[in-house]
Amino acid sequence: MNAHIEPGPEGGFAIGPIDHLLNLARKNSLWYMLFGTACCAIELMQTGGPRSDADRLGMLFRATPRQSDTLLLAGTITYKMASRIRLLYEQMAEPKYVIAMGSCANTGGLFQPSYSVVKGGDLFLPVDVYIPGCPPRPESLIEGLMLIQQKIEKEPYLKKAWGKYKSPVKDPNIKGLV
Amino acid sequence: MTSDYVVEKLKAKFPEIVEWIEADAGQSFAVVDAEDWLSVCRYLSRSAELEFDFLRSMAGTDFPELDAIEVVCHLYSYKNKQDFVIKTRAQKAKPQLDSLSKIWPAANWYEREIFDLLGVHFDEHPDLRRILLPEDWVGHPLLKDYTQQESYKGIPTTRPGY
Repeated sequence: MNAHIEPGPEGGFAIGPIDHLLNLARKNSLWYMLFGTACCAIELMQTGGPRSDADRLGMLFRATPRQSDTLLLAGTITYKMASRIRLLYEQMAEPKYVIAMGSCANTGGLFQPSYSVVKGGDLFLPVDVYIPGCPPRPESLIEGLMLIQQKIEKEPYLKKAWGKYKSPVKDPNIKGLV
Repeated sequence: MTSDYVVEKLKAKFPEIVEWIEADAGQSFAVVDAEDWLSVCRYLSRSAELEFDFLRSMAGTDFPELDAIEVVCHLYSYKNKQDFVIKTRAQKAKPQLDSLSKIWPAANWYEREIFDLLGVHFDEHPDLRRILLPEDWVGHPLLKDYTQQESYKGIPTTRPGY
């Protein structure tokens, strides 16, 4: 199969056939942690439902971070909840991804002026994919999930597993949050 | 039974303490001072004839023009099928009121909410701590002169670019 060159520092990373196979396996079985705090959770449940099925992409929800690959932030995040979400994120095993679903998880959304709402999930978590919408329709969410699949299939996985490839998404690792 | 009858009984028992205000819109209410808050509420709840045994809700509002935080109680009596609204004002400089949790146990969480968001301290409350905001939050947000802190535990409170 054709070698794929992923752009990066020092000439980029080459994706070989083993990387390709491993990424294929990983992206078609992306278990997400069911983390719906507000209304986006309803659209998330519908996306898992029969009409636009997330399970046909191999994605199913897990209630615990220990068994999931992705943290799907669906809904408004408050400051009180943020420290708990960070704790859950750190309990997930590598390789892990974060998807921010809906306006509230992207930037605070409708409740941006509020005193108790965190103005976006990316202020304390490294978000890979942002899905706009209030709430995003199931088709939008499926597109977002397909985007994260495309992101995964381009990763040099072996290098990442050996710690030689860092994801370009910056992790705002806040000391003292957890 | 009507609200006027309740006010009559109140004024008979507590002369010159209870003030009755007829509202143009919404419900008419009684206002008492902070010192008499506990005794008037105890009478309303324990009186065999009035028997306001149900505290429907309790809330607070910051009125800078009155220089006070107004706390309002909505009461209901199942026996007489009568509702009643009573208010009191806590001074803005040092907001302190007696706790009603010994009279109506439901007041426990309502007073915790009023303490959390407005800063009113309730004397002899069994468990006065924040209920909605995190425990280490600084400030009481529903006051009119509240300003948001710069960051909470490292998370910035404004989004860069907004």
